[in-house]
Amino acid sequence: MPGFMLQQASSYAADIDNLILLILAIVGIWLVVVEGMFFYLIWKFRAKDGRKSRYITGKEKYLKRWVNISHSLVLVCDVFIIIGAIRVWYNVKQHLPEAEAEIRIIGQQWVWIFQHPGSDNVLDTDDDIFTTDNLYVKNETTYHFHLQSRDVVHDFSVPVFRLKQDAVPGRTITGWFRPTLTGTFDIQCAELCGIGHGVMYGRINVQDAAAHSAWVAANSPATGE
Amino acid sequence: MVTMSHAATADSPGNAQDAHAHGPTGILKYIWSTDHKIIAMQYLFTGMFMAVVGAFMAYVFRMQLAFPGLSVPGFGVVSPGEYNSLVTNHGSIMIFWVAMPILIAAFGNYLIPLMIGADDMVFPKINRLSFQIFFLSVLLILASLFVAGGGFGGGWTSYPPLSSMSEYSLTKLGSSMWLLAVALEFVAFLLGGINFVVTLMNARAPGMKAYDIPMVCWMIVIASILFMLSVGPLIAGAVMLFFDQAIGTGFYDPARGGDPVLWQHLFWFFGHPEVYVVMMPAIGMVIEIVATFARKKLFGYKVMLYTVIITAVLSFFVWAHHQFISGIDPRMANIFTVTTLLISVPIAELMFVLIATLYGGSIRLTTPMLWALAFVAEFLIGGVTGIFLGASGADVYLHDTYFVLAHFHYTFFPIAVIATFAGLTYWFPKMFGRMMSETLGKIHFWGTVIPFNGIFIPLFFLGAGGQHRRIYNYENFPELVAGQPLRVFATMSLLVMLSFQLVFFFNLFKSLRSGKKAPKNPWNANTLEWTTESPPPHGNWPVDEMPNVYRGPYEYAHPDRDEDYWPQNLPGGGRNT
Repeated sequence: MPGFMLQQASSYAADIDNLILLILAIVGIWLVVVEGMFFYLIWKFRAKDGRKSRYITGKEKYLKRWVNISHSLVLVCDVFIIIGAIRVWYNVKQHLPEAEAEIRIIGQQWVWIFQHPGSDNVLDTDDDIFTTDNLYVKNETTYHFHLQSRDVVHDFSVPVFRLKQDAVPGRTITGWFRPTLTGTFDIQCAELCGIGHGVMYGRINVQDAAAHSAWVAANSPATGE
Repeated sequence: MVTMSHAATADSPGNAQDAHAHGPTGILKYIWSTDHKIIAMQYLFTGMFMAVVGAFMAYVFRMQLAFPGLSVPGFGVVSPGEYNSLVTNHGSIMIFWVAMPILIAAFGNYLIPLMIGADDMVFPKINRLSFQIFFLSVLLILASLFVAGGGFGGGWTSYPPLSSMSEYSLTKLGSSMWLLAVALEFVAFLLGGINFVVTLMNARAPGMKAYDIPMVCWMIVIASILFMLSVGPLIAGAVMLFFDQAIGTGFYDPARGGDPVLWQHLFWFFGHPEVYVVMMPAIGMVIEIVATFARKKLFGYKVMLYTVIITAVLSFFVWAHHQFISGIDPRMANIFTVTTLLISVPIAELMFVLIATLYGGSIRLTTPMLWALAFVAEFLIGGVTGIFLGASGADVYLHDTYFVLAHFHYTFFPIAVIATFAGLTYWFPKMFGRMMSETLGKIHFWGTVIPFNGIFIPLFFLGAGGQHRRIYNYENFPELVAGQPLRVFATMSLLVMLSFQLVFFFNLFKSLRSGKKAPKNPWNANTLEWTTESPPPHGNWPVDEMPNVYRGPYEYAHPDRDEDYWPQNLPGGGRNT
């Protein structure tokens, strides 16, 4: 469902979408079958003159079977979903692949501040480039981000990446992404952070290698002093 | 005849019979009464008033979402601060001041003594105190909307540091008043809850064994126990939050050694069981209504009871699925994914058993039955969409989006609105001694349920399309501009739904004044409340006619009996449970 509506612009976007589709298929079938059964029973056993309802205690084996089998099937489906969910979760959140570049993202009421590594590709050196609202990354590059907040809880969310992570004051949370599509996409703050929450937007600019190098060169602070 | 129920009330000071004989009269009766039925009405009508307030808030912010910047008729232009306050207080009010007072307090107070054959609650004065404290909390939350700086706007979850530090929230007074109102509300329900538990244990009619108790009484009592067990950590958390706000302690301030995520754990440790706290009474009412109008014994009384108890126990182990992406250790998410998905097993079982009860029935689609069946149909959608969010890998994307919002409205709306209307239309003849109009009831039913889906189905798509919650104006996000027609459609559906509520209020007041007189047992139901007058007198039954119980509550269409129902209080025919 989301895949049809929003582009997939990161290496794990498709994994997350596929998981969502898997769940959609499983629970969709359940929903249709159960609702179908439900409305069928309402229709089938509607009140008719002269027909008395049946006295069923729920102890009848041939009837109990229906509930017991469905019940076990729910458990089986749960196992499939759990395995799928944990696999995706492990890849996206728990496992950090080797970084090719690092950035720092700082949330504050109500702006995103981005610290890019600059031409030496190392954070916290003199050539770091600071921007607000606009984040510039190189396509097909694995980034580690170090997410911080200066005041309240914010949440760094890039819907096309299927990426979301809270920024918690007092902590640095490290995560990763790897863009796979060049272009400019929305960054939303996804955690209510005060009256400016609705205007705490940013843009992520995914550039190909040449454009990114040009951007770094053009924006590097004067170095060599 | 010395019975448990009579002994329990005769020994307690402030004995209900006594209070009725010498109790206050006139208008004071309604303010100072200890009668469980009056207290139930107080909760019911206060809850209904708050529902109107909450619905008005929904109207205002949905208008803002569909038509950003519009001067909303009846409100005016919505500022970002007001928007946050509206969504925060809509959530808080609908859960703490609508669902809780109506489902737990109003129906619990009204139904438990009547359905177990008691003359009143065991602690009538505690019951009165409970409502008085609740009423105070109502005044406080309403007043908080009008103080300097405006009402609290930090979300109903009230995450610090936004909620704890006024330099971030800009609502110093509003934040504290919100927190105090919620705390008072908890006190009211702790008082009410202990009363329900003790009453169910000690005041049952002679002969009523554990499995003869009507399911809704079990459900309200289990919900009360669940509430009492889960709310403690949150009260501790709320005290710390209040200290942070009022005297500048640093429990949630990392700069002074605190941790904002601590609050999230304490809140959701309560917050998730709370969902089941309001769900259980709703399902309990639906079960009563389905059994009555399908003319069927429940398909597995004990199965239902135990699945609910298992759900209640499991609900203590799922809270962190609200926090997958909140900075907790990612390994923790795996455990909570497993527990969360496991909870689908008892809930699905409960739904299957409920649906299986229809099998072999003789189903009459009265207004209460329509509401009860709609509850099942809609709640299933709420249930299955929860699976997406409990699965950590999918929640990475869907968390904090409108998908979440649509999901929990598909659970809370059936609970707090659909089941409430089911219960109200079903017990209305007993409560007020008059029948409601079936025609108007059905118009109101369809006019509520169809637009309800019209509001929230589009929001699933908006959420799946990446739209986050609590954002004042989506025009700021280029990727979300395309969703505007869906937002307009949802808002239009809301307007349609709200306008159909006028039909309900018309039906309510018309039936109260001039509805057909209700007999004792208009639905031919089995449970004890239908054996007394409509409405029941003080003390519920004349002292020498207190009911005895001879069988379970769902003996419909029993082969040993000509009528298709067999009230619990009629002797003879052996024991059937």
